[in-house]
Amino acid sequence: MTELDLLYSEVEEDLRSAVRAVLADRCPPQAVLARCEGPEPYDTGLWRVLAEEVGVAGLPVPEALGGAGASLRESAVVLEELGRACAPTAFLGSAVLATTVLLAADASAELTALAAGERTATLVVALPTAPEAPFPLGVRATGTGELTGTVAWVADTPAVGLLIVPADGPAGPGLYAVEAAEATLTPRGSLDLTRPLADVCLTGAPGRLLIGPDRAEAVLRQALLTGAALLCSEQLGLAEWCLATTVAYLRERRQFGRVVGSFQALKHRLADLWLDIAGARAAARAAADALASGASDAAILVAVAASHCSDTAVRAAEEAVQLHGGIGMTWEHPVHLYLKRAKADQLALGTPGRHRAALAALVDLPAPGAVATPRVPHV
Amino acid sequence: MTTAEELRTRTADLLAAHDPAATEPLEFLRARFDAGLAWVHFPPGLGGLGAPRALQAVVDAELAAAGAPDNDPRRIGIGLGMAAPTVLRFGTEEQKQRFLRPLWTGEEVWCQLFSEPGAGSDLAALATRAVHEAGDAEGGGDGPGGHWTVDGQKVWTSSAHLARWAILLARTDPDVPKHQGISYFVCDMTDPGVDVRPLRQLTGEAEFNEVFLTGVRIPDAHRLGAVGEGWKIAQTTLNNERVAIGGHRTPREGGLIGLLADVWREQPGARTHELHQRLLQGWTDAEVLRLTAERLRQQLAVGQPGPEGAAAKLAFARLAQQLTGLEVELLAEEGLGYGDWTMSRPELVDFTGRDAGYRYLRAKGNSIEGGSSEILRNIIAERVLGLPAESRSDKDVPWKESAR
Ligand SMILES: Cc1cc2nc3c(=O)[nH]c(=O)nc-3n(C[C@H](O)[C@H](O)[C@H](O)COP(=O)(O)OP(=O)(O)OC[C@H]3O[C@@H](n4cnc5c(N)ncnc54)[C@H](O)[C@@H]3O)c2cc1C
Repeated sequence: MTELDLLYSEVEEDLRSAVRAVLADRCPPQAVLARCEGPEPYDTGLWRVLAEEVGVAGLPVPEALGGAGASLRESAVVLEELGRACAPTAFLGSAVLATTVLLAADASAELTALAAGERTATLVVALPTAPEAPFPLGVRATGTGELTGTVAWVADTPAVGLLIVPADGPAGPGLYAVEAAEATLTPRGSLDLTRPLADVCLTGAPGRLLIGPDRAEAVLRQALLTGAALLCSEQLGLAEWCLATTVAYLRERRQFGRVVGSFQALKHRLADLWLDIAGARAAARAAADALASGASDAAILVAVAASHCSDTAVRAAEEAVQLHGGIGMTWEHPVHLYLKRAKADQLALGTPGRHRAALAALVDLPAPGAVATPRVPHV
Repeated sequence: MTTAEELRTRTADLLAAHDPAATEPLEFLRARFDAGLAWVHFPPGLGGLGAPRALQAVVDAELAAAGAPDNDPRRIGIGLGMAAPTVLRFGTEEQKQRFLRPLWTGEEVWCQLFSEPGAGSDLAALATRAVHEAGDAEGGGDGPGGHWTVDGQKVWTSSAHLARWAILLARTDPDVPKHQGISYFVCDMTDPGVDVRPLRQLTGEAEFNEVFLTGVRIPDAHRLGAVGEGWKIAQTTLNNERVAIGGHRTPREGGLIGLLADVWREQPGARTHELHQRLLQGWTDAEVLRLTAERLRQQLAVGQPGPEGAAAKLAFARLAQQLTGLEVELLAEEGLGYGDWTMSRPELVDFTGRDAGYRYLRAKGNSIEGGSSEILRNIIAERVLGLPAESRSDKDVPWKESAR
């Protein structure tokens, strides 16, 4: 087992403050709510500020290509803040999922444009796809790179410039770059108002092979694993907001002649939630650090963090709604944005149950009747 | 600042000067203490080097690899986890010099005389009295500081039957509110006024005790901190206790979850889908707790544990109860057995060396000992989250006038 650094470095805390300041300024909950109902779900102005002033769009991109040359630990900290603000940005799809593939493909021109915030990209898979899922074969590629097929429930499509499409070609699976203008994007109604979803339809769209059959499956799995790992940090930030907001409310709200937060039944529920969040923080940091350092047990730590953080975020949001009483049920109060994001995040990139099933194989705890898998050595 | 490399060199020097194979274990442990490699974050001269706490792992790994004897931390857990950090922080130079070395080597076992029949969760309500008598300059009556005479009854005292010393809370001023009139002492368990009687517990054995204190004479030099400051000092002990109980360093799949995983692998016939779900949930919970405790340790690398230390203890109790209950079910028929109900006086709580039934029963204590889970939730809610405290009618009343 690797020695993990589970704390935040000074650089990471500085990055956090910078992101938080921008979000506080441009993305208060009421603004998020208003935007979700408008025609432009993503705040492209916010994205430009985050990309140009804070440099978040190209965190793991090498400095030579205009990125920050940072590690996934820093991206995780950004996601904590985006989760805390329930911010409508394309960070997960563009700066995490698509960027992981583009880095593996050494796609310099695309990475440069992404890091500069000039374009965004997304990975064309159904958002619920788990890292260990089989390579999706819904899109067919011809030998000359024309792509045909439909992928439903794709995230981060509004205002997207570049699509990274897994497709099955004559030589086997590949990952292709397609200009979004060549595809038909049909928005879906989405449970999570702040992360719109769409169906991507390709009919003979010209694609450029980024990763060939030799590595396509492994690179896609790595991208999904990275996404699942970093989503934990978004869930952590989201859960922390729910707890802090609820505590603040219960310290003010009075019933029965006393502050509601002085009732022990509520105090104990919040203490338990705090405990789960403390666990989520440790697990999310571990997953990010393990991926950043290329630890051999990274997949185990991601499965553990993904199942724990997903459930913790949902619980935090559900408790927040309940403990706000009637106010919590209103459209005006932003807590529903967090509930919707938390529930959608629980399905994204593998449900907790799927991650635990993956874990069962990784640590050799087979289900009844399953054939025993070779034990992964714990180093 | 001491680096990992320097510690490796120092450890190598210790091993070269005291070949573990040819040295008495106790002699080796004393040499290790004197070399500052006992607890590296302690100050020089007191078994440490003032190094970051996290570097202890480096030393431990090197010594384990060399087959060096250890001080069996499980047997002396109260000394290491509770007494030592408190003596270090509040003790006089003489007290530190006298107590810390034999505490660490395990020559002297410690116990904790805090709880009383009438004061458990509400520890500050304790009634054991300590009355001061002045000494004289010539050294009579224990010298110029005089001595204290202690009378009272303590209960649930783990390891009192093995202990040489105890940390003791006693009331030194009944005329002030309950938190203010308490002082903190080191009690000599061989004093003739100390009477230790076994208390059998639901596992069948007697790991803890009732302790009757009758005219116990404690020299003033064995008082820790100022008179009346005992409650404040006890917070240090209690915060450290929680970290000691919940924050141990275990490898992945170590401890209870490891036992459970082995049963799962070895007995395919016992597997059901429902148990599989609970096993995987337990596995992830155990790993999350391991990481949480590790993160706590990294935070503690500087400074004392705060109320956050309650987290690891609370999570540990919940997990231990969940896993031990699951193990009994998983073992089916075998889970119905119980090794031995004969009353015994164990030296330590042996969670992994005993059978599943014992583990299941003993784990029930995890949410009571060292502050019950209810009290820990109160602490988190009030001191971490800042929610309002319960109204406490006895907070400002002199102790002797409070309803008990
Ligand atoms: C195995 C074991 C070993 C121990 N070893 C030691 C030792 O070595 N030294 C020592 O000094 N003590 C020791 N203890 C004592 C332990 O610290 C106390 O048992 C514990 O603090 C609880 O106190 P109590 O037993 O008086 O329970 P009580 O305080 O009477 O509590 C009864 C119940 O009420 C609940 N409760 C109490 N107050 C509140 C509140 N405000 N809000 C909500 N619920 C509340 C408690 O959680 C508990 O469920 C040990 C206990 C055990 C079980």
